[in-house]
Amino acid sequence: MTVPGPWYLVLAAVLFSVGATGLLVRRNILVMYMCIELMLNSVNLTFVTFARMLNDIGGQDSVFFVLVVAAAEVVVGLGIIVAIYRRRSGATADDISSLKG
Amino acid sequence: MNAAYAIVALPLLGFVINLVLGRRLGEPVAGWVGTAAAGGSFIASLVVWVTMLGKPAADRVTDLNIFTWFPVAGLHANAGLQMDPLSITMALFVTGVSTAIHMYSIGYMHRDPGFDRFFVYLNLFLFSMIVLVLADNFLFSFLGWEGVGFCSYGLVGFWFQREVAAVAAKKAFVTNRVGDVGFLLAMFLMFNHFSSLNYSAVLGTLVKGHATGLLTGTPGAIDGTTATAITLLLFLGAIGKSAQIPLYIWLPDAMEGPTPISALIHAATMVTAGVYLMARVAPMLHYAHATSWVVACTGAGTAFLAATIACAQDDIKKALAYSTVSQLGYMFLAIGAGDYVDGIFHMLTHAFFKALLFLAAGAVIHAMANRQDMKQMGGLAKYLPLTALTFAVGWLAISGIPPLAGFWSKDAILASAWGMNKVLWAIALVTAGLTAYYMSRQFALVFTGQARWKEARPADVHSSVGSGDGPMGSGHGPADHGAGEEGSGPGLPAVAHEEAEPRDPTWTMAVPLVVLAVAAVLGGGINFPTWHFNFLSHFLSPIFPAATAPVVSTGTKWALSILTTAVALTGLGLGLTTWRTAAHPKLEPNFLRRAWYIDDAVAATVSGPLRAMASALAFVMDTKVVDGVVNGVATSLGLSGRALRKLQNGYIRSYALGIGVGLVVVLVYLTFRTGS
Repeated sequence: MTVPGPWYLVLAAVLFSVGATGLLVRRNILVMYMCIELMLNSVNLTFVTFARMLNDIGGQDSVFFVLVVAAAEVVVGLGIIVAIYRRRSGATADDISSLKG
Repeated sequence: MNAAYAIVALPLLGFVINLVLGRRLGEPVAGWVGTAAAGGSFIASLVVWVTMLGKPAADRVTDLNIFTWFPVAGLHANAGLQMDPLSITMALFVTGVSTAIHMYSIGYMHRDPGFDRFFVYLNLFLFSMIVLVLADNFLFSFLGWEGVGFCSYGLVGFWFQREVAAVAAKKAFVTNRVGDVGFLLAMFLMFNHFSSLNYSAVLGTLVKGHATGLLTGTPGAIDGTTATAITLLLFLGAIGKSAQIPLYIWLPDAMEGPTPISALIHAATMVTAGVYLMARVAPMLHYAHATSWVVACTGAGTAFLAATIACAQDDIKKALAYSTVSQLGYMFLAIGAGDYVDGIFHMLTHAFFKALLFLAAGAVIHAMANRQDMKQMGGLAKYLPLTALTFAVGWLAISGIPPLAGFWSKDAILASAWGMNKVLWAIALVTAGLTAYYMSRQFALVFTGQARWKEARPADVHSSVGSGDGPMGSGHGPADHGAGEEGSGPGLPAVAHEEAEPRDPTWTMAVPLVVLAVAAVLGGGINFPTWHFNFLSHFLSPIFPAATAPVVSTGTKWALSILTTAVALTGLGLGLTTWRTAAHPKLEPNFLRRAWYIDDAVAATVSGPLRAMASALAFVMDTKVVDGVVNGVATSLGLSGRALRKLQNGYIRSYALGIGVGLVVVLVYLTFRTGS
């Protein structure tokens, strides 16, 4: 039995919405970070789906780029988060607002 | 022609030496250095002149390029000299009169604390004047033009400790700037039209045009409108420099400077620069009849107006200053009438006798311990025989009594005026009578009658008109006074002169007086009108357009001469008889004393409406409108910044929301765009 393509798209949309909502409503930086990863991967899912549906390898190409960029981003982002946790205990994102205008 | 370089270089050398070493050289060496520079320049001019005379008339124009001043796209401004009959004539009389006055100044500026500074300015002035007359293009001439203006400023305000002198210097400078605008605009127009500012390029084509009668259609040809515009603008410059209506008001005030300055700069040389300029552009003036009329009318009007004012001045130097303005008017009348040669001729003779009159007046002022009010002089002929004699020569020369120099030049101008327009001639004739009258009045007041200075109390001295030709507190007194007056104020040596009688000046002052007196007697000979001896006319004829001067028959000339002389003699007699015996006469109408209230009117205009306008501009327009706009821009930017910074609140979620909203907006836009 094969799952029809649109289902994957719906799943990807749901995952993206969950990630976006989480990013907006959660305070914990680590959780926000995971939400961003969720959004990225939901996009990856749509890429792969469309690649299969349209028989075009270009979509899978893009996924590789996104993965590489996401990995690089994790390196930088986690480094920053670790640095923040060392300076203060249990920081929420709203506490780190010293750059406001 | 290498002597030509020396004409320019020597005054510059003298200037540099006196500037660097003047204070160390001190008195009188600094003065002798300056005199030697001027004298050397005069000798170099003579050499150039004699060389020029040895050539045929057609080959007398030489152009010497010293260096390229600045080459800008299309404009090659050279520092170059043009030797031609006109410029060498100017150079000769400028350096000649200058030498005499440099020498005179050694005696006159004796024991002045600024002795070396005086000669620095004097040599710089001479250099600038030489550049003005010898330059081969308008721009280089303009350099000299501004240079003499600057030196005039420095020398009018030479005794800057005195408020009057400083103000007079400022007035002279500012009034001259008004005229300079015209000169500059004229140069722009000329460059626009001829793509060059060289005399040869601008005027040479025009001279050729005279021969062929071409006005338009050939390259370099000029139409009447452009010629009129250029010459009118140049005339504006000339008005400023040569003190004509309405910009003459600075010259009488310029008499606050030392007397040798009044003689050299404000009588003989600098103020004639405007006349020289108009004579220089004679080929263009030939195409601009409107300008010629303006020049002639301005000249005649100024001659008359200034002569009337001169009749009522008590200050010995002010009277001479108005007389200078009046005589300059004659020169412009001649230029306007197309009689360029006689304009230059009168400039020469005027340089001789007016320099002489001023120097003699300086000797009188010296002898009278810095008193300048003629009403407090009198009977001085007995005490100052040499001064009286030389002054008398100048007096008769300017009055136009034959055979002295002034008669020949003035007579020629009157004849040309007759040929141009009878009204202008009548004005000039009346002015000739007035000239004889006011000069006789001056002579009678100063040298004849009772010795009124004997009764004058020191208090009167202090209140006398323009008293004090000396700096505040420097004790600039007569050369033969004792050291006791060091540190006394101007005009104070009244006590001293009661002890020592007025005496003729020392030899350094006397020699120039005698030399100039001889020149004032014989000067008319250079353009003697009969027996084909009119040297100056022949010499200058290649420069000026042929046959522009109005033709007046010999018989008419004779009749006019006799009439002019009669009028002059009448003025002379009237002036002498009225003022010889008068003890404390006050006969002058007040409006003439106050110079037709023109100065007052200018002052009222400037201090009234103009000042109100200026303060309106400064305190309303500038502070409210201009500053308002500038500050408004800054304030509005600050306010919008303050509003915008609220967006930068430091919460990641609000940024994320912004990104999300933005994305939605972009998506909606793209969707509807593709959908439609």
